[in-house]
Amino acid sequence: MKLTEPTGTPRRPLARFTRPWRTMALGALLWVLLWGDLSWANVVSGAVLGALVAVAFPLPSLGTAATIRPGALVHLLGRFVTDLVLASFQVAWTAVRPSAPPRGGLVEVPLRTTSELFVATTASLSSLVPGTLVVDLDRAGPTLHVHVLDLTGSGGPGAVRDATLALEERLLRAFAPQAELVRAGLVDRVVHPHVPPSEEERR
Amino acid sequence: MMVAAGVGATALLAVGALFALVRMERGPSMLDRTVAFDVLTTTLVGAVAVEAALSRRIESVPILVVLSMVGFIGSVTIARFASVEPPKTDGPKRRAGRGSGPEDSGERGNS
Amino acid sequence: MIVVSDVAAALCLLLGAFFSFSAGVGVTRFDNLFSRMHVVAKPQVLGLLLLLTALALRLQDRTSVAMLLLVAVFQLMTSPVAAHMVGRAGLRTGNTGVTSPRTCDAREPEADG
Repeated sequence: MKLTEPTGTPRRPLARFTRPWRTMALGALLWVLLWGDLSWANVVSGAVLGALVAVAFPLPSLGTAATIRPGALVHLLGRFVTDLVLASFQVAWTAVRPSAPPRGGLVEVPLRTTSELFVATTASLSSLVPGTLVVDLDRAGPTLHVHVLDLTGSGGPGAVRDATLALEERLLRAFAPQAELVRAGLVDRVVHPHVPPSEEERR
Repeated sequence: MMVAAGVGATALLAVGALFALVRMERGPSMLDRTVAFDVLTTTLVGAVAVEAALSRRIESVPILVVLSMVGFIGSVTIARFASVEPPKTDGPKRRAGRGSGPEDSGERGNS
Repeated sequence: MIVVSDVAAALCLLLGAFFSFSAGVGVTRFDNLFSRMHVVAKPQVLGLLLLLTALALRLQDRTSVAMLLLVAVFQLMTSPVAAHMVGRAGLRTGNTGVTSPRTCDAREPEADG
């Protein structure tokens, strides 16, 4: 399955409204869910609202193609749910246990991917799962600044960085196209020869 | 059994909301109050969910949708304002001529 | 069958309420902004998800479950974003309650080779 952003300028005037078909589909889905009734009126009005939103508040194109690998996606989701439950128990216990709250700290995690889509998704996921919380993001790099609630309990900055990078790798393996995997240094084989791995990513 | 679980859950939620209120009153900065407000809103959503689960009331579900959205918009708005606002504390003056946008990356707090 | 789902719903209610409670406690007990944000991002989200699960188990109505799913997905998407924005605002204004924010920029020199 291939999901690519539509590129290029629309030719027909109506294309301005039909081009964001994904926003329209999302709008229709949300509208149907919100009204709780699958009828043609709901689908159409949701799609129209989605198109209006896309035209009124245009977002910059992500410029990244995404693929879906089902096996890696299941792995990502499974680890996500497990980590969410574990991290919640840890933080909850840290909050209610009688001893004093632990010392936290900020750790910089340089990411391997440069695609904004995957940087943003990694940031969101790592706020939810391992004992970390993203507080800032350098787009140059890109580097996440994560806060750790219990720095010594998490095994120090190195372990935190490894956990976040492992999360990024799971995400990339689930969604990133092959070229992005190669660029991030996760796959050795260069499948698309026109996208060579950059110098600093080659170990 | 359901009623007992409901009473226990409500008690826990009420105490949690009280703690959030304490932080909201005490919170040294606006952002601490925002965080406490977020906890309070989500606890409120949870309380509505508990009530709806006890009484099997379907009409409460749209309230949950609206409340969860409002809570998010509220905290994002406050965070947005707080990042442009000069700090209220009597700390060192950062710069005389502000007036730059919120994307000004030159004002990292190095306190 | 109904009894089983009721037991599960009761367990979800209690556990979810406990997580919500711990979020309240954490936000009061932790001593700086970043630590307080942790409880909003994790136990609070899981607690709400559990409470919504309990509600879904009790209602067992297709329309309501779809809406609850919407709330759950929305919460999962927005909670990290809200936490990130609050954290960034704190980092930029310096109102975090942390004495030295950059405690450990332990970025080792990358051995290129």
